[in-house]
Amino acid sequence: MNTELLKLLENDARLTADQLAVMLGCDREVIEADLRECEANGTILGYKTIVDWEKTEQESVTAMIDVKLTPQPDRGFDRVAEKIYNYPEVKSVYLMSGAYDLSVLIEGRTMKEVALFVSQKLAPIEAVMSTATHFVLHKYKDKGVLYETPEIDERGTFN
Amino acid sequence: MIDYSKVLSRTVVDTPKSGIRKFFDLMSTMQDVVGLTVGEPDFQTPWHIREAGIVSLERGKTYYTANAGLMELRSEINNYMTRRFGVSYDPASEVIVTVGGSEAIDIAFRSVIEPGDEIIVPTPSFVCYAPLARMAGGVPVILETKFEDKFKIDPEALKAAITPKTKMLVLPYPNNPTGAIMTREELADIAEILRDTNILVLSDEIYAEMTYTGNHCSIASLEGMRERTVIASGFSKAYAMTGWRLGYLCAPKQIAEQMLKIHQYGIMSSPTTAQFAAIEALKNGEEDIQMMVGEYNRRRRYIYNGLKSIGIESFEPEGAFYIFPRIGDYGLSGEEFCNKLLYDYKCAIVPGGAFGESGEGFARISYAYSIKHITQALERIEAFVKTL
Repeated sequence: MNTELLKLLENDARLTADQLAVMLGCDREVIEADLRECEANGTILGYKTIVDWEKTEQESVTAMIDVKLTPQPDRGFDRVAEKIYNYPEVKSVYLMSGAYDLSVLIEGRTMKEVALFVSQKLAPIEAVMSTATHFVLHKYKDKGVLYETPEIDERGTFN
Repeated sequence: MIDYSKVLSRTVVDTPKSGIRKFFDLMSTMQDVVGLTVGEPDFQTPWHIREAGIVSLERGKTYYTANAGLMELRSEINNYMTRRFGVSYDPASEVIVTVGGSEAIDIAFRSVIEPGDEIIVPTPSFVCYAPLARMAGGVPVILETKFEDKFKIDPEALKAAITPKTKMLVLPYPNNPTGAIMTREELADIAEILRDTNILVLSDEIYAEMTYTGNHCSIASLEGMRERTVIASGFSKAYAMTGWRLGYLCAPKQIAEQMLKIHQYGIMSSPTTAQFAAIEALKNGEEDIQMMVGEYNRRRRYIYNGLKSIGIESFEPEGAFYIFPRIGDYGLSGEEFCNKLLYDYKCAIVPGGAFGESGEGFARISYAYSIKHITQALERIEAFVKTL
């Protein structure tokens, strides 16, 4: 597995196969073959753009919901998780250690929309014992990226 | 009225300003310039190192340290030199913490030069050696290295440069601006020439961590060389700590004792906050170096190939974070080439002549920049070269 390649792409998915080949000191064909393999076996799941929606007209709210469950026979939490992650507004679902079982990250246009999702879709699921919804007020950093105006290169400017 | 021409030091007045600075000043008057000029990492100092500096301030560590630096730091420097380059120095008497690598070079010269002593300075190289040697009363003897030799020192040329007055050889590898390195075998040829003489070596190893084709070899680790070698190094490049101003010297105690006097009277002690940060850097900074050097290596390949595909010839750099392409084939002097590129295409690179006459016809390009930035600069260079 070419982890150096994966790290480069994780940081900037727009690098071309040519650029990657040069940077890693190998042939373009090797990179393309590696990428095909990673895409086929699910190591690479997708290529997305990180958008700061606060800078757009588009209204958007993010909430993290702590969900407590009663364990289900046979499949444990998997079936409930599946039920939850199938909703398109749900962006992430994590199984957690600690005080609650699932951490659900949801995006909606308004707080009301999120609240309705919790009360009408999430809470009624039979295995869900309780939910606690936390709204995100401001994103400082997400997926390793700072949500700030790009930094100015100050080198060589202190006169 | 005072007559300044009568009061200023002749030696200093006759010393030219740094050619890099001149270019920077020009650049700063223009808008939207994509520059590849800077000789410092684009990374910020790793957070845990910054934090160690902050914590030292919170705890009130605001006093002078020992003249030679905190003992713990000197011990860590010795551990590092032993671990990385196989050469050890007594922390109590052979290590001095300086205000950057530049002070280290300055006091190394001043502690050994007698008026008229010759200092062999290979060029192209960093701009400070000849001026500092001259200001210490020495006579710089330029030893030109060549593109054909990958800018390494040719042993025969070195022999020819040595006279009875030769006091010291400057060994600036890994090299700024060429990206050249010298391997153990190549250094052995140099060592062979110097071993039975009274000639010293000032080995400037500030870029020692930035090598891409094998580990850096310090000439002090070769037989018979430790006793005649002064190593100047520092934290600026390896740990992205340029603004902290912290370097160090490792030398046999007979030399270190003299260098320490100059440091003691001229500087007192290096910044305390920076010294605490540096201890953290040496203890826990190995991974940071690996991350940064890995990044430089990818950029190195990228820019080397980029220039090649434009049709500009360079030798593939093996150290530091510069590439030194040959731009002399376009019928312009290095300075004309760089000026036109700056004024007409808003891309700044440094004329090679700033690093010694043998750099004429070349330019220094720094790749301490993001791939995106480098790509943009390459596009402008390509557009310019197409018009020539």
